[in-house]
Amino acid sequence: MSRELTYLEAIREALFEEMRRDDKVFVLGEDVGAYGGAFGVTKGLFDEFGEYRCLDTPISESCIIGVSVGASLRGYRPVAEMQFGDFIACGFDQIVNQAATLRYRYGGRAACSLVVRAPVGGNVAGGLYHSQNPESWFVHRPGLKVVAPSTAWDAKGLLKAAIRDDNPVIYLEHKYLYRRAKGPVPEGDEIVPIGKAAIRREGRHATIVTYGAMVVPSLDAADRMAGEGVETEVIDLRSLAPWDKAAVFASLDKTNRVVVVHEDVKTLGMGAEISAAIMEERFDKLDAPVMRVTYPDAHCPFSSVLEQHNLPNADKITEALKRLVAY
Amino acid sequence: MPSIKRHKFKLSSEQLLEMLYWLKLIRSFDERLSILVRQGRVRSGVYSGIGQEAIVVGTCYGLRTDDYICPLHRDLGTFLIKGVSAGVMMAQMYAKATGLSKGRDSALHSGVPELGIFGNTSMLGANTPVAAGLALTFKLEQSDNVVLAYFGEGASNTGDVHEAMNFAAVHKLPLVFICENNIYSYSMPIEKSMAIEDVADRAEGYGFDGVAINGNDVLAVYQATQGAIARARAGEGPTLIECKTYRWHGHSEHDKPFYRTADEEAMWKSRDPLPTFTSYLRHQSVLNDDVLLEIEERIRTEIDAAVAFAESSPEPSPEDAVTDMYA
Repeated sequence: MSRELTYLEAIREALFEEMRRDDKVFVLGEDVGAYGGAFGVTKGLFDEFGEYRCLDTPISESCIIGVSVGASLRGYRPVAEMQFGDFIACGFDQIVNQAATLRYRYGGRAACSLVVRAPVGGNVAGGLYHSQNPESWFVHRPGLKVVAPSTAWDAKGLLKAAIRDDNPVIYLEHKYLYRRAKGPVPEGDEIVPIGKAAIRREGRHATIVTYGAMVVPSLDAADRMAGEGVETEVIDLRSLAPWDKAAVFASLDKTNRVVVVHEDVKTLGMGAEISAAIMEERFDKLDAPVMRVTYPDAHCPFSSVLEQHNLPNADKITEALKRLVAY
Repeated sequence: MPSIKRHKFKLSSEQLLEMLYWLKLIRSFDERLSILVRQGRVRSGVYSGIGQEAIVVGTCYGLRTDDYICPLHRDLGTFLIKGVSAGVMMAQMYAKATGLSKGRDSALHSGVPELGIFGNTSMLGANTPVAAGLALTFKLEQSDNVVLAYFGEGASNTGDVHEAMNFAAVHKLPLVFICENNIYSYSMPIEKSMAIEDVADRAEGYGFDGVAINGNDVLAVYQATQGAIARARAGEGPTLIECKTYRWHGHSEHDKPFYRTADEEAMWKSRDPLPTFTSYLRHQSVLNDDVLLEIEERIRTEIDAAVAFAESSPEPSPEDAVTDMYA
């Protein structure tokens, strides 16, 4: 059974269900308690689970994640909220040097079962410090898993998977999708496995590999190209570390043309890795160079005029698809 | 500041001799390590704790297995007192397969959760939020276990230590902050890194007690720690104990501490914690020559056996360079 929920409600439902299922699961972060979080994601948790399973913290991102590491070492499954993904930089060391390396340096005797939830992305008038897409910082660090859902269904299922995973998982929830992405969400325990992509649209002439808030404009672009007789396959990665290489390669084998679309900046983003992997392992399948539609290597400006200049959209993706199929 | 009642926590003759054994074992271990580094048999990652043994013994002696420690890079002795064998610790320093990190790190960046040992990373101070997370779980479970978090006067300047102390104070966590003030953070003398004389004074700013003590007096350290532990077990929250001490060697075995004067070194060596304690025990008629010889002989045998174990242990399997990345 499923019903329609927003992406934000789906995240909240996953938290409620996981906290009811396992009393080792707790949330912590800035304003997550009685206030319910800056975006209202944790609303209601405080009333049902109390102060210590829905723990308000000082403005101390490093401490929030460090405390989560400590709790995970005692078998807890903390879900730490960064109020904005941009603030994750303040807790960076605890993620990349503390959590990511722990199992390795402990000789396999411990695991770090924690989730860091981070609202990311632009197109919400956020400006420099409320719009960033930090995924490649963490995809680049072995020892971490990184997920980025695009639908309400996946928002719930991936958060459940992340909470049950025994490794540190960076869960990137896109702010633009919080109330705009609405769709069917299963009731109860349906898990979306980490590492598995979803094919959002089938096609045989070109492949778009994308994730997060770029899935919808990618589908729009695919629709437009269909009017011109080009059938575009759209792959929603859902997980960025590990990413579903098998799904991307299977699509490439069919279409021989790939464009990667992401809201993160271009240099050393997911597109760079996917392109390099294709070059290494599927060079002979390519009929055109792998292309990228991304944010430019620039900051996230506040003015709508400036931000729209930087954000990828259906027009830019359509234009890239035209170049890709004409190559 | 609370005054230290030196004889509040009684120690039997056997216990006093056991403390002497630990002091001398740790000193001998570090002295042997120093030789092994000069011989090129241990490559690096050795941060000698010689001169600071009274802190290790005074804080760890009497801890329960289910009390936790988050020790520093110089606190090899804490691992020994908490129950890791000298052989395994020597193998760790040799980076052998039988060490705690399976050869992945020679320093004390490992941990043994079942013994309550959670080593730090090289980011000094970063383990204090982890300690707060461990202590938070003790509070949630209403257990009377405690956590000891070690850091240097240098790391007391980091944001992590500030965040952890504030967090621990807000939640009255069963956490004892042990500051090993050895006057130098690498080459930087304390007067250039902070404008106050006692790190202990900082505790007041967080709302708990801080006390500065002679860190070379094992009984003073023991009494102060036991007092703080008793308060923590009773739910009265954290305490900061600043132990004034001196590291005899450089920051690492490869550092020649030319930034210190010979007079200063000689003055501190005259405050060597070992002979001070030995004289006290003789004066109390707890120790005589026969007992001392017996202890020294036992330690010699143990260190020799530890070196033999490490030397004869296998090198790590090359493939373990990439295992234990994920649970």
